[in-house]
Amino acid sequence: MPSQLTRAGLWLLLICMLLAVPHGLSFSQQEILVFLTINVLVVTSYRLLALTGEWSLGHVVIMGVGAYASALASKELGIAVPVAMITGALTAALVAFGLSYPLFRMKGFYFLIGSFAAGEIIRLLWKRFRDPFGGPKGIKKIEPMPDFDIVIWRFDFFEPVSYYYFCLVVVGLSLWIMWRIEKSPLGLTFHAIHWQDKLAESAGINVRAYKTLAFVIASGFSGLAGALLAHYIGTINPNSFDLEQMVFVLTWTIVGGTATFFGPILGCAALVILNEIVLREFGFEQGRPLIYGFVLILSVLFLPRGLEGLLQDFTGALRGRGRQGSRQ
Amino acid sequence: MNVTSSILSVRDLGMSFGGVKAVDGLSLSVERGAIHGLIGPNGAGKTTTFNVISGYYTPSEGEVLFQGDRISGLPMYEVARRGVVRTFQHSTLFAEMTVLENALVGTHLAHRPKLAAAVAGLDKRDRNAALEKARAALDYFGLLSTADSRAGDLSHGHQRALGLAVAMASGPEVLLLDEPFTGMNPEETRTMMGLMEKLRDSGRTILIVEHDMRAIMGLCDRITVMNFGKLLTHGRPHEIRSHPEVISAYLGSARNVA
Ligand SMILES: Nc1ncnc2c1ncn2[C@@H]1O[C@H](COP(=O)(O)OP(=O)(O)OP(=O)(O)O)[C@@H](O)[C@H]1O
Ligand SMILES: [Mg+2]
Repeated sequence: MPSQLTRAGLWLLLICMLLAVPHGLSFSQQEILVFLTINVLVVTSYRLLALTGEWSLGHVVIMGVGAYASALASKELGIAVPVAMITGALTAALVAFGLSYPLFRMKGFYFLIGSFAAGEIIRLLWKRFRDPFGGPKGIKKIEPMPDFDIVIWRFDFFEPVSYYYFCLVVVGLSLWIMWRIEKSPLGLTFHAIHWQDKLAESAGINVRAYKTLAFVIASGFSGLAGALLAHYIGTINPNSFDLEQMVFVLTWTIVGGTATFFGPILGCAALVILNEIVLREFGFEQGRPLIYGFVLILSVLFLPRGLEGLLQDFTGALRGRGRQGSRQ
Repeated sequence: MNVTSSILSVRDLGMSFGGVKAVDGLSLSVERGAIHGLIGPNGAGKTTTFNVISGYYTPSEGEVLFQGDRISGLPMYEVARRGVVRTFQHSTLFAEMTVLENALVGTHLAHRPKLAAAVAGLDKRDRNAALEKARAALDYFGLLSTADSRAGDLSHGHQRALGLAVAMASGPEVLLLDEPFTGMNPEETRTMMGLMEKLRDSGRTILIVEHDMRAIMGLCDRITVMNFGKLLTHGRPHEIRSHPEVISAYLGSARNVA
C-alpha cells in the first residue's frame, strides 16, 4: 500500500530529524532541547486527564512527586537511577490515586481549585520536612544517569546530547502508550465522559472510576517526566514545581489546543522555541511570564482551536478536503 | 395486578426538592415483557420518577425493586449494569462524536475497556464484537447510513433514535424512555412504534413517558397516570381513555386525551 509506505517514510524522516536536531545547536541550546523533550511528556500527559474534561492545577506538583521520589530512591536507598525513575513514576501514580478520592467528589471549577490546594499541601510538606525532602533548599547532588555503552556508542550523560537521546526513547515510548490508550475503547470512554457524563453513566460507565484511571495514568507519566528532570539538573526544590511552572504547562496546552494528540506538543515546542530564539536573543528573558500571558490571551481570542486548528486548516487546504479526524 | 410477573416495581416513592414534592407516594408495577405507559400533565413528576428509578436521584421515601432486588440509592452506572437503562427527555448525546462512536459507548457494559490489552493491541476480538453490536443497534433504528456523521448534525428525529440506539446497545432488560417521540414526524413515530413492539416481542420491558396520546394508547399494555406527583389511576388503555379524572386532569392543563 502506497499510503502506508509514505507514512513509514514520514516517520523515518521525523526520527532522523529528531536525531539530527542537537548537532546544529550550541551547548545551552542542547540543554533547552532536553527540557523541551521532557516538557513534551508533561503536556501530553496533562492532556490525557483533560480528555475526561477535568483540568488540574496540580499536574506540575505531581511531576515534582516523581522527581522527589526518584531522587530520594537513588540517593537514600541506593537504587539504580533507571529503576529509581520508574519508582518515581509509580509513586506519582500512587499519590494521584490517593488524591483522587477527595478530588473527584468535585468537578469543573471546584476540581480545579481542589487540585491546586492539594498541590500546595504537597509543596508545604516538602518545605516543612527537612528530612527527607531537604526543606526549602530541596535535594542537591542527585545521582546522574550512569554512563553506558551500546556497541560502539558511548552515552556520557553529562553531555546533553546523550541525555536528549535517552529522553527521546523514554518520552517516545510514553507517547506511544498514551496514543494507544487514546485510540482504544478506553480513550472513547474518556471522551464520552467529557462530552456527557450523565449519558455516559447511564450507559453503565463508572465515571469516577474512569476519571481516576485517567488521572493516575497521567500522573504516572508526569512523575516520569519529573524523574527525567531531576537526574538531569541534579537539584530540585519546592519552587521548581510552583504555580508559575503550572501556568507554563497550561499555556502550552491551551495555545496548542487539546482536540488532538499533537496540539499540546505543538504549543510546547512553538512557545519554547519562541522563548529561546526571541526572548533570549534579545535579552528579554525576565519578560517570559508577561509574554506568555500575552500569547495566551491572543490565542484564546484569535485561535480558539489552538495552533493545531491552524495546522489542520492549513493541511486541510493542502489536501483539498475538510478537517475530520476519525477515531477508533 | 400479578406481583410475581412484575420485573420492576416502585413502592411508596417520594422525592422532594426543598419544599416541593415532585413525587409523592407513588407505587407502580411493571410486568415483564410489557410496554407500560407513564403519563400525566406537565410537571406531574414523570421525569423525576425516571431519575429516581435510574439512580440519578436517591429517593426521599420509598424504594424501587428490580427483579426483587432493591435498586434505589444505587449509582446510575450500577442500575444500568443490573439491566435498567434510560433515555433522556431532552436529546442527550455525545454531540461531538460520530454516530457510530455514540453507539460504541453504549456497548461499554458488554465490552469493558481494558488498559493493558488496549495498549498491547490484544483486545481486537472485544473491539470487533463491540463494533458489530453497535452497528446492529444503529441498523435496528435505521441509522446505519449515518454512522460516520457527527451526532450533533443529525436531524432532531434521528437524534432521538440515536438516543434509543445507545440505550439498546447496552442490552438492557428494562428500557425507560422519556418522551421518545418528540421531534419525530408522524411517519417516524409510526416506524418507531413498530420497533418498540418488536422489542417487546423479543422479551424486553419498556416503561415509556409520552405526551402523544395516540401513540401511548396504541402502544401500551398498561398505563399509569400521575398528577401532582401522585398516582391518579392505572389500567388498560381503554379504561384510561374514558376515566373521568384523567380527562379532567388533562383538561386542567389544556391538553387533550385523544
Ligand atoms: N432538580 C429539581 N429541583 C427542583 N424542582 C424540581 C427538580 N426536578 C423537578 N422539579 C420539579 O418537580 C416537578 C415535576 O417535574 P418533572 O420534570 O418530573 O415533571 P414531568 O412530569 O416530567 O413534566 P413534563 O411532562 O413537562 O416533562 C416540577 O414541579 C418540577 O419543577
Ligand atoms: Mg418530563
